[in-house]
Amino acid sequence: MSVDYRTQIAKVDLTRVRPYGDTMDDGKVQLSFSLPVPDGPEAVEAARQLGAKMGLENPTVVHHEDIGENFTFVVMYGNCVHTVDYAHIQVPKVDSPRMDFYEINQFIRECIGRKITVIGACTGTDAHTVGIDAIMNMKGYNGEYGLERYPEIHAYNLGSQVENEEMVRKAIELKADALLVSQVVTQKDVHIHNLSALVDLLEAEGLRQNLVLIAGGPRITHELALELGYDAGFGPGTLAPDVASFVVQEMVRRGLA
Amino acid sequence: MKTKLHLDESMIARGRAAASQIADDVADFIAERTTVAVERTVLRLFGVDGVDAEGVPLPNVIVDEVKDLGRLDQGVAKTFVGALLQTGLSVQELAEAIADGSVRLADIPQPAEGEVLEKGRALAAVAMERIAANRQTRDELLHRLGEGKQPYIYVIVATGNIYEDVVQAKSAARQGADIIAVIRSTGQSLLDYVPYGATTEGFGGTFATQENFRIMREALDEVGEEVGRYIRLCNYCSGLCMPEIAAMGAIERLDVMLNDALYGILFRDINPQRTLVDQAFSRMINAYAGVIINTGEDNYLTTADAVEAAHTVLASQFINEQFALRSGLPEEQMGLGHAFEMNPMIEDGFLYELAQAQMAREIFPDAPLKYMPPTKHMTGNIFRGHVQDALFNLIGITTQQGIQLLGMMTEQIHTPLIYDRHLAIESAKYIFNNARHLGDEIEFKADGIIVQRAQTVLREAVELLEEIVHIGFFEALSRGLFADVKRTMTGGKGLGGVVHRHAEYFNPFEEQLRQKLGLQPAKVGVRA
Repeated sequence: MSVDYRTQIAKVDLTRVRPYGDTMDDGKVQLSFSLPVPDGPEAVEAARQLGAKMGLENPTVVHHEDIGENFTFVVMYGNCVHTVDYAHIQVPKVDSPRMDFYEINQFIRECIGRKITVIGACTGTDAHTVGIDAIMNMKGYNGEYGLERYPEIHAYNLGSQVENEEMVRKAIELKADALLVSQVVTQKDVHIHNLSALVDLLEAEGLRQNLVLIAGGPRITHELALELGYDAGFGPGTLAPDVASFVVQEMVRRGLA
Repeated sequence: MKTKLHLDESMIARGRAAASQIADDVADFIAERTTVAVERTVLRLFGVDGVDAEGVPLPNVIVDEVKDLGRLDQGVAKTFVGALLQTGLSVQELAEAIADGSVRLADIPQPAEGEVLEKGRALAAVAMERIAANRQTRDELLHRLGEGKQPYIYVIVATGNIYEDVVQAKSAARQGADIIAVIRSTGQSLLDYVPYGATTEGFGGTFATQENFRIMREALDEVGEEVGRYIRLCNYCSGLCMPEIAAMGAIERLDVMLNDALYGILFRDINPQRTLVDQAFSRMINAYAGVIINTGEDNYLTTADAVEAAHTVLASQFINEQFALRSGLPEEQMGLGHAFEMNPMIEDGFLYELAQAQMAREIFPDAPLKYMPPTKHMTGNIFRGHVQDALFNLIGITTQQGIQLLGMMTEQIHTPLIYDRHLAIESAKYIFNNARHLGDEIEFKADGIIVQRAQTVLREAVELLEEIVHIGFFEALSRGLFADVKRTMTGGKGLGGVVHRHAEYFNPFEEQLRQKLGLQPAKVGVRA
């Protein structure tokens, strides 16, 4: 009389994926935002209409609150009517195998035959060095040593607010093999402009093809980095071996060893 | 336990003595009665399962027929076992034959009393073995897989569809949940029967059925093996089918069950006589099955003010403890309830909550206290709600509660989405780990706010208990002493299902449970 419960569980259609709240295909989403209008029934209705325009069925304002200066904070739930074709999504990914600290140093000794030089910095106006420090600093992050600890790597961390021109000057002076550029601040797309400007400068100096150029930061994806003319992009959660693995293998691939 | 609150031991002893007297008075009342639910439970434990052509569960069909014959006061076991002996059918065959009319109980002469008792006891012994085997299986799994640290992380699933529930439950277990409670569909507590089979539609929850229990048990055992941790399953033996669900839980190896007559009386308007009789038998089954019960004192605070009514929670904990002891349920299985329900805008409210939780911990040191999250003062502001839940979690770990029923930021909005549960578990794990031994480091000022508050609440609780002793438990209910809700002896649902026991009343399970649990024999009925 009992059927196997596994055969009764709803299956996802990977060509038509939408959010899941507590039932397959319910489309449930939560969003919160503020509107530049005073709190009241009109604000709630405005929020509701916005939700509907964003593709939500049953847009429901579960909380609204006056947050001063005629702004209203809104929390909303609704059911997203749109779907995406997950089955056919292709996302560019860094596809070189990840090696550990020992394997990377051994790879450098065996396949490159000399120590390599890596320069890292937060460029432009960006002063957020948490990311680049995690990759570069001797002590590293989350149990992984930073590049400064790697015997086969000369690692230079230039710190924050380094102008692109200074980055290029250092690259020439230190005969860098790879540049790591960290960008945290993304307001008004400042990171895009700054990252592009560095590529332009390197190309003008004729250095681009001799370098492995890498971007990193919380809002950086590999796809975005490729679009901007970088060799790879690394997002949140990246550790030193992820970056170093790519750098050394890319050098060999490109004949930069 | 070293007291941090400088509670007066003699005051605690006075509270226990008063609660004990209250429970004794009620126990005498209970001993003279049985109910249709208790009798249906006997049939379920014999192995009666399934529904008739109209979808009515067979235990209901049979108990109703015996009741119509005027023989329920002797216990359904006598008539049913008598018919087994006379027809030679198996338990399930006989149940189906009664349902389809091919056997009419009225036409069957009752065999000799001695034969009936012997056969009834033999059948009961088989079921008792099965429950004991389940308990042993749980112990073995706990030994082999281990379990999460206390406070156990307890989350609910409530999709209405058992097959969505298992997905969400397994997801929660992988993230760190220790106990999965399947919330029941709205209104199930008022059904005077237990729905049947796997169910995929419910309202605000999923029907408690034996098949749903079985499915969820299988899924949790599976994920428990994968994550290397025994995952406990919780459901609700409350409402009009309290003991039947306790039996289903014992058969399908549930680990935790909500069980509180007072909750049913106050919040579901169930008749006090009915549910107190049902509770006494339920708790014997829970006790023998090794199930941790959860009591519902937390709910008082959803109607009454949590600051003003704090002492009623403690008073009820004292009473529930005594009721449980009279059903043979040890302190280690008493998940006495309380809650973090004070208005978050009260200055120093956190200190009062801390006092209440620490006080419960010190007065019931061996009980796996069930600590409930804020619900009444949750708003649609999910971000503030998440912070309220964080403070609740901080008290849970600081005062070493047994079972932490995690708050959901979307309380008051909807039953938990899969990621609501994820965020709740993540927050609890962070806080429990980050403040693991905070409680060991803390001592409270002897004349400070927290100590004074706890002492005041204890004194008020003891005064309330002594007043209840004076006026009687049922009178206290009618005066609205708990949760500001007034209930009378003859009011509420289910009174029609209460039956005075005949002097020759026979319930082989009660007989054997009392024996196994070291309780006195029943005051009314045949003796072994």
